[in-house]
Amino acid sequence: MQVTSSVRDPLVTGGKTYHDVTHDISRHVESKPNIRWFLAFLTSVGVLALGSIAVIASVWEGIGMWGLNKTVGWAWDITNFVWWVGIGHAGTLISAVLLLFRQKWRTSINRAAEAMTIFAVICAAIFPVLHTGRPWLAMYWMFPLPNTFGSLWVNFNSPLLWDVFAISTYFSVSLVFWYIGLIPDFATIRDRATGLRKIIYGALSFGWVGAAKSWSRYESVSLILAGLATPLVLSVHTIVSFDFATSVIPGWHTTIFPPYFVAGAIFSGFAMVLTLMIVTRKVYKLEDYITMGHIELMNIVIIITGSIVGIAYITEFFIAWYSGVEAEQYAFINRATGPYWWAYWSMMTCNVISPQLFWIKKIRTSVVATFALSIVVNIGMWFERFVIIVTSLHRDYLPSSWAMFYPSITDVGIYVFSFGLFFTLFFLFAKFFPVINMAEVKAVLKSSSDKVNK
Amino acid sequence: MERDIHFVTGVYEDEDVLLQAITQVRSSGIKIHEVYSPYPVHGIDDYLGYKRSKLPIAAFLFGLLGITLALTMQFYMMGFDWPMIIGGKDNAPLPSFIPVTFEITVLLASFGMVGVFMVSTNLKPWAQPRIFDLRITDDKHVMAIDIANNSAMELAKIEEILKSSGASEVNKKSFE
Repeated sequence: MQVTSSVRDPLVTGGKTYHDVTHDISRHVESKPNIRWFLAFLTSVGVLALGSIAVIASVWEGIGMWGLNKTVGWAWDITNFVWWVGIGHAGTLISAVLLLFRQKWRTSINRAAEAMTIFAVICAAIFPVLHTGRPWLAMYWMFPLPNTFGSLWVNFNSPLLWDVFAISTYFSVSLVFWYIGLIPDFATIRDRATGLRKIIYGALSFGWVGAAKSWSRYESVSLILAGLATPLVLSVHTIVSFDFATSVIPGWHTTIFPPYFVAGAIFSGFAMVLTLMIVTRKVYKLEDYITMGHIELMNIVIIITGSIVGIAYITEFFIAWYSGVEAEQYAFINRATGPYWWAYWSMMTCNVISPQLFWIKKIRTSVVATFALSIVVNIGMWFERFVIIVTSLHRDYLPSSWAMFYPSITDVGIYVFSFGLFFTLFFLFAKFFPVINMAEVKAVLKSSSDKVNK
Repeated sequence: MERDIHFVTGVYEDEDVLLQAITQVRSSGIKIHEVYSPYPVHGIDDYLGYKRSKLPIAAFLFGLLGITLALTMQFYMMGFDWPMIIGGKDNAPLPSFIPVTFEITVLLASFGMVGVFMVSTNLKPWAQPRIFDLRITDDKHVMAIDIANNSAMELAKIEEILKSSGASEVNKKSFE
C-alpha cells in the first residue's frame, strides 16, 4: 500500500523501498543470464557476423560494391548515417534537456536511453568511415593532420568536416555523461558482490563511496554537463542537416533543415527508446519503474515532434512553390509523384499521420499500440532521409544523366551489420550494466510521494 | 596499530531525520568527518556547511581554452600555414569556423571539468575506498565521526548524541 502525494502521481509505483530499488535492478546484473538472453544475444551476434561479410567485401573490393552511380552519389550510406545519428538524439534529450527542465520522470529511462545514444552513434559512424573507401587513411582526411604529412590541412569550410567534429564530440561527451551516472550504481553492485565481480565492479566504480561532498560535486557536474550537452545535441543534427542545406541541390538547399532535422531526430529517437524500453520493462519486470505514465509522456513528445516534422514537410512544399524556382518546384513534385512516390508516401503516412493517433488516450496508453507505432515511426524516419537524399539527386540538371538508385546486396548487408552491432551492444549493456539509474530513482522516490516506504 | 584511524558511525534510515541530526550533532560541538548517502540528498551541503562546488569555474576556464585553441588552430591552418581559397571565401572565413569552434569548446569544457571532478573526488579505477558500511550504496545514510578530531569529548558522549539524534545504529569502524 502506498500513500502518494495528493497533487501528483508517483513516479515509481508498487510501493518500492530504497532497498527494493537496489534489488530489482541489481539482480539482473547479478543473476546468470537466462536462455532467452542467450538466444537474443546469439541472434544479434549472428546478424553482426552475417553483415560483416558485406563490410569486409566493401573494404576489400572498394565502394564500387555499393549501388551508387554517378548521378546518385549518396544514398543508403548517408541515409543510414543520418537515421542512426537521429535515433541517438533521444538519449541526450532525456538525460540533459529534461534534467534542465527538472523533469524527474527522466530518472528511470535516462540510463538505457543514453546507452542507446552511444550505440546508435557508433552504428552511424560506420557509414561515413566505410564511404571513405580506405578507412585506414581516413584519419588524414577527417582530422586536422597534415594531409599525407605534407602541409595541406583539412578544409574547415566543409560541413562534412564539421560533422566529424560534431559527431566525435557528441560521442565523447555522451559517453562521459553516461559513465559519470554509472559510477554510483557500479558502487552499489560492488558492495553487494563478492569475489571476481567485486573486483571488476570495484574498478568500474572508481572507488565511489557516496560522500556528501562527492554527491555535491556529482550534481554540479551533471548539471553543467547537461547545460553543455543541450546545445551540443541541437548542434549535432543541425550540422548533419548542413551536409545538405549548404549545398545548392534543389530539395536540399533549404534554411528550414536545421530545426526540421532536430525535431525529426528527437521524434525517431523517442520511438526507438520506446521500442527498446517496452521490451526491457517486460523482460526485466520493471513495470513499476517504467510506468504507463512514462510511456504516455514519451508518446506526447512523439506527437509534438511528429507534428513539427509534418509542418516542416508542408512548409518545404509551400516554399518550393512560393520561391518560383522551377528546379526546386520540380524536385518536390517529383518526390511526391515521380518514380519514388512510394517512398514519399510511406514517409508521409508513417511520420505525419500515424503519430496523430496518439491524440487518442486509449492508443497512447496501450503498450501494444505504442510498440507498433514506435516501429512505424522509425520506418517513416528512414524513408524521410531516403526521400530527401535520393529523390533530390536522381533527376539532376541534365535529363540524359537521370538515373535510379537500386541498393546492392552489400548496401543491405552493411545496414544489417549496423543492426547486429546495435543489438549486440544493447544486450551486453542490459546484462552487465544496471539498466535503470538506481541512485537517481532513489532520489526521486521520496520527493514524488508524501509517504516513504520503509 | 598506532596509525589506525577510528571512527564512530551513526546509521540513519531517512534523509529528513539525517538532516535534523546533522544540525543537532554539529551544534553539540562534534566535528563531522563526512556523511555518506545512497543518493544525492537535497540541501545537505548547507547543513554540513559545505561551500558551493567550484567545478563550474573549471568548466568555464576549460571552455575558454577550447575556444582559443580551436580558433587559433583554424586560423593557423587555413589562413596562415597553407592559405587556400575555397568556394570563393577568403582565407580566414570566421563564420565557417564557428561550428568546429563550438564543438571543441564543448569537448574541452566537458572533459576538463570531468577531469577536475575525478581528481578532486579521488575517483580512479585503482582507488581503495574507505567503505564505512556496505549498506551506504543501498538504503542507509551514514554519518562518520573521526574520534581523533573530537578528542575533547568522551566517546560515550558522542555515541549518546548520535543515538538521541535519531540514528538507528551506532557502530565503530577502524581503518588502517
